[in-house]
Amino acid sequence: MAKITLDNLAHSYSDRPTSEDDYALKELNHDWADGEAYALLGASGCGKSTLLNIISGLLQPSQGRILFDGHDVTHAPTAERNIAQVFQFPVVYDTMTVRQNLAFPLRNRGADPAYVASRVQAIAAMIGMEGTLDRKARGLTADAKQKISLGRGMVREDVNALLFDEPLTVIDPHMKWELRTQLKTLHRDFGHTMIYVTHDQTEALTFADKVVVMYDGRVVQIGTPQQLFERPAHTFVGYFIGSPGMNVLPADIRGDTGTVGGSAVALGGDYGTPAGNTELGVRPEFVRLSAGGDGLPVTVTRVEDVGRHKIVRADAHGTRIDAILPEGAPLPANADRATFDPRGVNVYADKWRVAPVGEAA
Amino acid sequence: MTDATAAPGAATIPGDLTASRPRAATRRRFRPNGSAVVIALYLLFLMLPLYWLLNMSLKTNAEILGSFTLFPRNLTFENYATILTDPSWYSGYVNSLIYVTLNVAITLTVALPAAYAFSRYSFMGDKHLFFWLLTNRMAPPAVFALPFFQLYSSVNLFDTHIAVALAHCLFNVPLAVWILEGFMRGVPKEIDETAYIDGYSFPRFFVKIFMPLIASGIGVAAFFAFMFSWVELLLSRTLTAVDAKPIAATMTRTVGASGVDWGVLAAAGVLTIVPGALVIWFVRNYIAKGFALGRV
Amino acid sequence: MNKTVNQKAWFLVLPVLVLVAFSAIIPLMTVVNYSVQDSFGNNEFFWAGLEWFDEMLHSERMWNALGRQIAFSAIILAIEIPLGIFVALNMPKSGVWASFCLVLMSLPLLIPWNVVGTIWQIFGRVDIGLLGYTLDAVGIEYNYTQDFFAAWATVIVMDVWHWTSLVALLAYAGLQSIPDAYYQAAKIDQASRWAVFRYIELPKMAGVLMIAILLRFMDSFMIYTEPFVVTGGGPGNSTTFLSIDLVKMALGQFDLGPAAAFSIMYYLVILLVSWVFYTVMTNLDKRDGV
Repeated sequence: MAKITLDNLAHSYSDRPTSEDDYALKELNHDWADGEAYALLGASGCGKSTLLNIISGLLQPSQGRILFDGHDVTHAPTAERNIAQVFQFPVVYDTMTVRQNLAFPLRNRGADPAYVASRVQAIAAMIGMEGTLDRKARGLTADAKQKISLGRGMVREDVNALLFDEPLTVIDPHMKWELRTQLKTLHRDFGHTMIYVTHDQTEALTFADKVVVMYDGRVVQIGTPQQLFERPAHTFVGYFIGSPGMNVLPADIRGDTGTVGGSAVALGGDYGTPAGNTELGVRPEFVRLSAGGDGLPVTVTRVEDVGRHKIVRADAHGTRIDAILPEGAPLPANADRATFDPRGVNVYADKWRVAPVGEAA
Repeated sequence: MTDATAAPGAATIPGDLTASRPRAATRRRFRPNGSAVVIALYLLFLMLPLYWLLNMSLKTNAEILGSFTLFPRNLTFENYATILTDPSWYSGYVNSLIYVTLNVAITLTVALPAAYAFSRYSFMGDKHLFFWLLTNRMAPPAVFALPFFQLYSSVNLFDTHIAVALAHCLFNVPLAVWILEGFMRGVPKEIDETAYIDGYSFPRFFVKIFMPLIASGIGVAAFFAFMFSWVELLLSRTLTAVDAKPIAATMTRTVGASGVDWGVLAAAGVLTIVPGALVIWFVRNYIAKGFALGRV
Repeated sequence: MNKTVNQKAWFLVLPVLVLVAFSAIIPLMTVVNYSVQDSFGNNEFFWAGLEWFDEMLHSERMWNALGRQIAFSAIILAIEIPLGIFVALNMPKSGVWASFCLVLMSLPLLIPWNVVGTIWQIFGRVDIGLLGYTLDAVGIEYNYTQDFFAAWATVIVMDVWHWTSLVALLAYAGLQSIPDAYYQAAKIDQASRWAVFRYIELPKMAGVLMIAILLRFMDSFMIYTEPFVVTGGGPGNSTTFLSIDLVKMALGQFDLGPAAAFSIMYYLVILLVSWVFYTVMTNLDKRDGV
């Protein structure tokens, strides 16, 4: 187990990157604390797999350093880094039995046979494959193969970090839950540093202590699931996390009041007069609809019942506003005004969040 | 896989080969160089005899026999001129090309529907039929030489291009069926069903939709049909006398009363390599995939 | 893929059937016909039963040719398969150099077989060939028309030159189909180079390698033109393989009966071995769930 430090790290796939756009991964400084479970969340192509492969040593960064517990491993080969990685698609050694597959990483490091046997048994129990240990891996289902890959990743106890690259893509939905729960249990019991790449917010939010959100080759926010929900640092985070995502409305900001299309909105804090293109971000959970009275004039266009609650789609001066009706609360008849709970209003200047005066950074 | 669409390489790491290459090379100092040496030696082994042939074709017979030289001292195209101006020489090339082309056309025409049937339907005796077809690829041409001679003579096809083309179908059709079947298996059956629902007739579906989908497979089958028809000599020599005589058989002419005309023989050899080399050049980007025969 | 039962599919197979029947069954019937008859010329034939088969089975000539044939096929398979794999493993994975290698390596495959023979006939000659001249110059006695060992060496090296690329190209195609993740996982598992080959590359190549072995076995077992051009089957009968012997018998001596019986047994041997290969291959396919 180790603390992983990324120092001034960046990567470009082209040999001579000329502009920032050539970088798949833009300059980045970050510490992955020892023993924490991180999720690396982002849309496809945002650079999260690149980052993961740099950490595991499968890719050499164009610039910067990687340190494991302060020890520079930037140019160390994968094997020396002593990490485990599980890939998106199952990688199993077809001609080996399940048992041999699980034992392979330990055998290659010359582990004691008795230890290998007990370890394999333990892992097999964890992934629920004790019954098929002596079957050849060839011909197993994709599910089972991916479980073997996971098992191979977890079989070594002394790894510096466990890396997962969207490991549950090919797994059945009900198995996803089970495996993710097992990973969490594993993390709790052994305290490995874990980095889990995914584009699925549910997976990220349920798995990790801290979620690292990436956008366009850049880390835009690192925080607990709650922080990501309540205080998205970038409009992308607001819109990418949450279902539906955060409403973003162009607004003028003056102190503690914002003006959206001529209507005043209370901000719940003093923001001064931020420079740049200012916007308000309000999660649908904090939007209230009413008939008449104060608030932003809106036209309700659609109501979707998603089971636990209803989502109302409305239109305000051409900008879409989503609202979530609390469980059991009916939509007021002829609703034509939207008001925002000041606790849930965030202010953005040029896409980045502005902290109100007095908030600790 | 999703990553690959938006950020080329984010998931598949082609960068492993480009960006990180220099460092990887210094780290594992011996392997890349070792590989290069192995490949260079192998290619040298392949090219030396070919170079020697080319070298000889550009020499005069006097130089060939008189002194041992690693490259032509008196560069001459005389040998090539002999071949390209004498109809009994160059008609050999024309004959070869005619029956090879005929063979490729016939092979593909009959193999395509059959391969489709094998890949899509099960019918009485299909497995046995398939294996029986393959057995013909295993038939030694030497076994068939004499019977072919008698058969084609009796139907008055002896010494025609079509006779050689048909004879070569014996081993090319089974191979083509087998290759095409492999490629067709890779095309989901839903495509056929969708087309039928959209109101396509079978022939139209086959030509308009299905054939473009297995274009690479057709290319591979054609390549192999060309290859085996072009290089075969035993049958094509047995079945021809004058009018359809292949170039490869014409080459024996260089043995005359005054001994072997080495220069012309070498030039003729070089010229037989040219069509094959051209074909390879055109398919160079598909070779690796093609040789997998749709089966990996 | 589960296939639909459709007897009408026979119509699609019919053209192939007619064509192959014309070029396979009729000639084969002729062969069978000859094999059970005797002739004293003038197109008069007599029923000879299995006499020819009996004669050929006791013919030292055929057993010797078969022995040489088996030795030849075994030797070239033992060289070409490992060498082909080795070459494929060392080939560049992509880029201009990969195309360059592929083009050059394919070249020998598309040379007419008698030209292959001619090339090596010239190449090995002591007076005008680079190989023969060089060997002679360094003091190695080398004459493929006189010396048994030199003749075999030449024929084998020629076949290796001619066909190793086919094995290499097939193996290369198999290697290309392995996703990068396998190599990455192997690095992480700290697998040795040998383990990567044994547990990743070899299993993935198994299918194409079976094809390579099958093709090389069949074609080497039927080899005729190349050794015929180089050695003419000699010195003595030392490089007279089955096809060469058969053609000598049928077209040279016009011993139709024995030659026909010979043909049939020859064909059956190839069929038997190929059937074994085919069965193993289809089982491999099934196991992979392709």
